[in-house]
Amino acid sequence: MNRRPADNPVAATVSALLIPFMQIYALYLIAHGDLGPGGGFQGGAIFAASLILRAIVFGLDREEERRLDNIAGLLAASGVLVYGGIGLLCMLRGGAFLEYPALPFADPKTAYHLGIYGIEIGVGLAVAGAMLLLFMKTAGSRDD
Amino acid sequence: MTEPGLVRTAVSAVLLVLGCLAMLSASVGILRFPDFYSRIHPAGKADTLGITFVLTGLMVREGFTLVSLKLLIILVFMLIASPTATHALAKSAYIAGLGHWKKEKGKDAP
Repeated sequence: MNRRPADNPVAATVSALLIPFMQIYALYLIAHGDLGPGGGFQGGAIFAASLILRAIVFGLDREEERRLDNIAGLLAASGVLVYGGIGLLCMLRGGAFLEYPALPFADPKTAYHLGIYGIEIGVGLAVAGAMLLLFMKTAGSRDD
Repeated sequence: MTEPGLVRTAVSAVLLVLGCLAMLSASVGILRFPDFYSRIHPAGKADTLGITFVLTGLMVREGFTLVSLKLLIILVFMLIASPTATHALAKSAYIAGLGHWKKEKGKDAP
């Protein structure tokens, strides 16, 4: 990959060391959100922060910038789609918006658990996408 | 969490108080030092020291459990990330051409 050398070797080394752990931790927060502290918002924010850190320290060439821009919009939109889709699915099944026990699972408890799980994933996607979009639109070089 | 005995409680209390003192001195330093370069000394060093003391105190209080392992991981992360952030701040300020503070005659630090 064609990449300009990092301006700051200390920041480059440390970010290369820490970014994988940040991303794993973000996924852990999203996956563990219904059982412990954290959740979709925090996980999504940390995930976006890891990508922003990488963009700041190593820089982005034009192709990467275009791709990250597209992915950010896709993430934000699909997060809202997952959230609203689960809520509307509950309504289609005869419940209220986001009434998880109406979801098509055998056990209402399982439905509740998986419903919140899906919502957390949706929130995580939307937050990560929105943060990346904010960064790309304010700091990026493309104007469209 | 196993109930800590007298010795462990005392050791963790001493470490926690030391950590609070370090953090307090860091806060005073950030408020009182005259310019950017001297202010990032308390932000980068005294804060890291205070966090180290506080987390070590909590680990002593907790004993060998999963929670203290998580505290250890947080401690390692802070020890790596905090000096790096300070370094990046100082370097970018230097590249941007921020001058350092000089004592003027008859004028105290701002």
